[in-house]
Amino acid sequence: MNNINIWQDSQSINTVVANMAIELRAVLNAKHIENPIIVGIHTGGIWVAQSLYKLLQLQTTLGILDIAFYRDDFTKIGLHPVVRPSQLPEDIDERHIILVDDILHTGRTIRAALNALFDYGRPSSVLLAVLAARNGRELPIAPDIVGWHANIPSQQYLKLTGPHPLQLIIT
Amino acid sequence: MNNTHNLQLDHNGRLRHFLTIEGLSQQLLTEILNTAAGFTGVTERSVKKVPLCRGKVVVNLFFETSTRTRTTFELAAKRLSADVLNFNAGISATTKGETLLDTLRNLEAMHCDMFVVRHEASGAAHFFAQHAAPNVSILNAGDGRHSHPTQAMLDMFTIRQHKGDFTNLKVAIVGDIQHSRVARSQILALNTLGVPEIRLVGPRTLIPAAAESLGVKIYYDLCAGIQDVDVIIMLRLQKERMATGLLPSEHEYFRLFGLTQERLRYAHPNAIVMHPGPINRGVEMSSEVADGSSSVILQQVSYGIAVRMAIIAMALGNNEAIS
Repeated sequence: MNNINIWQDSQSINTVVANMAIELRAVLNAKHIENPIIVGIHTGGIWVAQSLYKLLQLQTTLGILDIAFYRDDFTKIGLHPVVRPSQLPEDIDERHIILVDDILHTGRTIRAALNALFDYGRPSSVLLAVLAARNGRELPIAPDIVGWHANIPSQQYLKLTGPHPLQLIIT
Repeated sequence: MNNTHNLQLDHNGRLRHFLTIEGLSQQLLTEILNTAAGFTGVTERSVKKVPLCRGKVVVNLFFETSTRTRTTFELAAKRLSADVLNFNAGISATTKGETLLDTLRNLEAMHCDMFVVRHEASGAAHFFAQHAAPNVSILNAGDGRHSHPTQAMLDMFTIRQHKGDFTNLKVAIVGDIQHSRVARSQILALNTLGVPEIRLVGPRTLIPAAAESLGVKIYYDLCAGIQDVDVIIMLRLQKERMATGLLPSEHEYFRLFGLTQERLRYAHPNAIVMHPGPINRGVEMSSEVADGSSSVILQQVSYGIAVRMAIIAMALGNNEAIS
């Protein structure tokens, strides 16, 4: 891989995820949320969610969400060629959800993820945690926990590669 | 039908129509199976549908009756949030002399996006696909003796769910191979997905002479044919074949080729038994086998919905993309 494209290496990602876990714990305490369900969005979001899950020592199994069936570009580009099953650990009615993704950009993925989530039930609340939030929002979506804020040229893309090692690259 | 495979794919090599397994790559068949796996969980949720094909119209165009296939296509389309129109040819204009092409043009004029076609003539779906408007997809739900590709794909999905991998399996297809569009599609799909040993088992009168050219082994004895196999696919015996003198009687058929618990012991201990339905109990197999622990017949029905959702979504998404 071309090194000049690496924006953050795995070591700094680990540090930032550890800080996200601390911040998340503080938010959960402040809101008196016990036993939340953490849900990662395919694929990068799951990697970040797995780290947070371990650090927070949560009880409920990690959930995974594929948003291919909820994308708003289906009529433009067709079905995403790689679709993976979503798995939510249990009934999400009246539960507190921590939704995790790698990069927050336009906000369209999160819109799709929220719609997908609500087809499983009616959670009490949803918190959004992202490894990196960059400029370019197109929808009114704001994260609760952010690893990095990134301001990069609009024609460039931030991407998490992994799972070993996790790297944030700019393409 | 030499250009069938070209017709099925768009210029990016993605699925546009689904007419036959012939000419489709292992990669594409695997993509269908993977996509179907994504849909299996949908039915277990509180909302049993996804919004993917919202605003699309899918027409079930059945010139030949079939409750199961039509119902699963209808349910699959509805779970994708498409609107479904059931066009029953028996009570339609075709009985008044309207040609197939006129039927197609009329439905296209109603801005329908996909036609699921079943017809007693081989090549009917292919004919529709050749003449369909650029933004309309055709799915073959069975044409004559030619093919029934969605049934074959749901069978492949069932096999993968139980066996994980195709590359070291022995699969036996048992029964009326000669008249079966399902068998033809299954053999193509099993070959494409890399199954090393495919066996055809049945009476001499019901196995086509040219079958060996498909890369299969032929057995005229059930016990020998299912010896050590991992998967047994039973075919439905069309009762109307009895009249033609190809078979002596149902009772005689069951005595020679009916799958019983005793005969099942010849297969691998973990073998699964499949059947496209509807079963003739006491003809193709005993009730004991049909309802037994090796039987995955009802799972085939459930998986059929997920597989048809995958094929509908892939084809609908792609035709919109190019229009």
